[in-house]
Amino acid sequence: MSNELDYLSRRVAAGKLSRRDFLGRAAALGVTATFANSLLSSAVRAAGPVKGGTLKAGMVGGASTDSLDPALDASQVPFAFGKVWGETLVELAPGGGVEYLIAEEIGASDDAKTWTMKIRKGVQFHNGKEVTPDDVVATLKRHSDEKSKSGALGVLKGIDTIKADGGNVVVTLKDPNADLPYLMADYHLIIQPNGGVDKPDAGIGTGPYKVAVNKPGVKYGGERFANYWQPDKYGHADQVEIIIINDATARTAALQGGQVNMINRVEPKIVDLVKRLPGVTIRAASGRGFYPFNMFCDTAPFDNNDLRMALKLAMDREEMLSKILRGYGSVGNDMPVNKAYPLFSDDFEQRKFDPEKAAAAYKKSGHSGSILLRTSDVAFPGAVDAAQLYQQSCAKAGIKIEIKREPGDGYWTEVWNKQPFSLSYWGGRPTQDQMYSTAYLSTADWNDTRFKRPDFDKMVLAARGELDEAKRKKIYRDMGEIMRDEGGLIVPFFNQFVDATGKGVEGWVDNPAQELSNGHALIQCWLQA
Amino acid sequence: MSSPILRLVAQRILLGIVLLFAVSVLIFAGTQILPGDVAQAILGQSATPEALANLREQLGLNDPAWLRYVHWLWGILHGNFGTAQSSGLDIASSISTRLTNTLFLAACAAIVAVPLAIILGLIAVRYRNGFVDKLISGLALASTSFPEFFIGYVLIFVFAVHWQIFPSISTVDDSTPFLERLQAVVLPATALTLVVLAHMMRMTRAAILNVMQSAYIETAELKGLKPFDIIRKHAFPNAIAPVVNVVMLNLAYLIVGVVVVEVIFVYPGMGQYLVDHVAKRDVPVVQAVGLIFAAVYITLNIVADIAAILANPRLRHPK
Repeated sequence: MSNELDYLSRRVAAGKLSRRDFLGRAAALGVTATFANSLLSSAVRAAGPVKGGTLKAGMVGGASTDSLDPALDASQVPFAFGKVWGETLVELAPGGGVEYLIAEEIGASDDAKTWTMKIRKGVQFHNGKEVTPDDVVATLKRHSDEKSKSGALGVLKGIDTIKADGGNVVVTLKDPNADLPYLMADYHLIIQPNGGVDKPDAGIGTGPYKVAVNKPGVKYGGERFANYWQPDKYGHADQVEIIIINDATARTAALQGGQVNMINRVEPKIVDLVKRLPGVTIRAASGRGFYPFNMFCDTAPFDNNDLRMALKLAMDREEMLSKILRGYGSVGNDMPVNKAYPLFSDDFEQRKFDPEKAAAAYKKSGHSGSILLRTSDVAFPGAVDAAQLYQQSCAKAGIKIEIKREPGDGYWTEVWNKQPFSLSYWGGRPTQDQMYSTAYLSTADWNDTRFKRPDFDKMVLAARGELDEAKRKKIYRDMGEIMRDEGGLIVPFFNQFVDATGKGVEGWVDNPAQELSNGHALIQCWLQA
Repeated sequence: MSSPILRLVAQRILLGIVLLFAVSVLIFAGTQILPGDVAQAILGQSATPEALANLREQLGLNDPAWLRYVHWLWGILHGNFGTAQSSGLDIASSISTRLTNTLFLAACAAIVAVPLAIILGLIAVRYRNGFVDKLISGLALASTSFPEFFIGYVLIFVFAVHWQIFPSISTVDDSTPFLERLQAVVLPATALTLVVLAHMMRMTRAAILNVMQSAYIETAELKGLKPFDIIRKHAFPNAIAPVVNVVMLNLAYLIVGVVVVEVIFVYPGMGQYLVDHVAKRDVPVVQAVGLIFAAVYITLNIVADIAAILANPRLRHPK
């Protein structure tokens, strides 16, 4: 039986048998449709990518104010189009770890302060020039310059010197950092000729597609780059297009009507309906993004850990997950990291909704009266509903929450990181170190829980400089414990990136780093007739 | 044609220009008191203080307001709207593409909606208070009462998803051939037509009915003229002024107020462009678009006024 199925699936892959006929025959052989489908897709993958055609993505997250300068990329569309035309030194591999692109290998000195990156030879820019270590140096310098407007300025802060040395680029750091390779995967750090200093928004990189259409907020187009260095892996379609469709219903309709092949951000509340559309596949990948309720640990009444604990115990995470994300996510555990991170210990006790313990902790804290929680729809989709659900679960523990709905305009400037108790969003970072350094170091600009603990800071630095993975993992476990029991954030859930592809889109790889398979969907997928 | 009319018309146009200058001051002042900060809005949540300071300096946000107004007005008088602060693109060229798209969509909708509304209005008057009148009014009012996005979604569901005869995405650009462009705007133009139809239709009906009470209409009836001839020859010309006013208001709406339809159909018009830039506090673009919208309103209103003056026999034939 399996021989016959194998044979049939290869026939489909070769285009000699229709998918429908295959499923019919498989059913006749007594195989479930799910199994037959998975068999089919593995056969298709084994048959290899199909070249040609135009692959189109309908995306939310683009505006007519966007620029092609990768330093300024801040939303989904410029991010995804950046992956189409440009490449970074390394990329986050779907299963964790790094995938080497322009850097061929990266090695550290024993103290993790000097890093040597070997630059791959024979990689061409769209303008025909070959990538040199000098281009890499110029790029890193442009982004790490103090006057830079780059979104990567923060992650590059620890760099002391950047130098070209023969075929290598040598970076020295002010303090040891075992995570440097991950930092180089930041999506802003697209390698540009001479670092893009002359014309930052020229759109010339080493990606599998050349920029053909650049209409911010409307449409982007890429034409396959003939001299791309790994044509077997990326760049299967002849052309790729991104059409900006900010309206969720219009996006779904475009996928359904066949005007685009894939869309990002399917709203959780309609996922179950979209799933039933013929030919449409939901691509959900668990991510590192989370939606915290932030409390300032240095501001009354949240400076009392009993009160913080009461508020954590009064959170019904399961209910939040099922009602706000419709199950498309995973429950949080009051720490900013989860198992999507490398070196995460998966043995923490899951905090559960416990109104009695919450009431006891609340009593112990001695606080009385209502607590003001600020929320807004821009914090994350469903943030206002989440605040209301929380208000109800707190009421069960005898804690009174007052909700203030803030205007979306200015929420990130006036409320987040300014008010002592508010809802927020973090997209996550590639490593635990980056997440903790960005928001939970005493000195961090974005310490949005005002968590200032010298002992914790020391642990962050110790872990950062530690090249022994087992030791690092142990430190991260201890840090997670502190966050969970004494930190200022309540994490109801981590989200999933929910994308959808239409008929005939093959080659998808789930990637927890970002949506649309970390932006690679357009370059790694192909169209199967 | 005699001088009083010319004088009236010239007066209107001059008033319009003065008004436009007043509006430019208002727009400039208004954008200055917007809360928030361009630099912060451009860089978003991930802005570091250093990056903010650098960007503010570069955008010239440290000059006094009056100086920036003078610079801005001087540039506009020379056709130079400046560059967008967020994307660095030339505003005039970005706007010209967008404005062309908007005008094209508005024209398509207007070409259908205006004659249709007026004819339906005439028919409604002819069969006033009868079944036809009630049917026309009922349908037109119903289509106007539905929110635009609802009409848009219904059109998409029926024509783009179910039958797949028209695209749900109306993305067009400079290189789109005319026929394709026409096909792209069918659904948005239909949605807009349904939205503006009732207002014009009801106004036509009301204006003509008003005239129909006059003594000279009774005379015409007694002369034995056919009802349609009475409406066409005697009632309609005297009802033109209010009808033109309403038509112009709706045309202005078709140009400046269609952002919802643009978003649903992914049509690259002025509305979405303005909203994007307001969100990013891109003041030069907001000012430029605001000024263009004001100019559209003022121009269309001048046209309405002039049409009303010309249509008024007492002004056309002064004693």
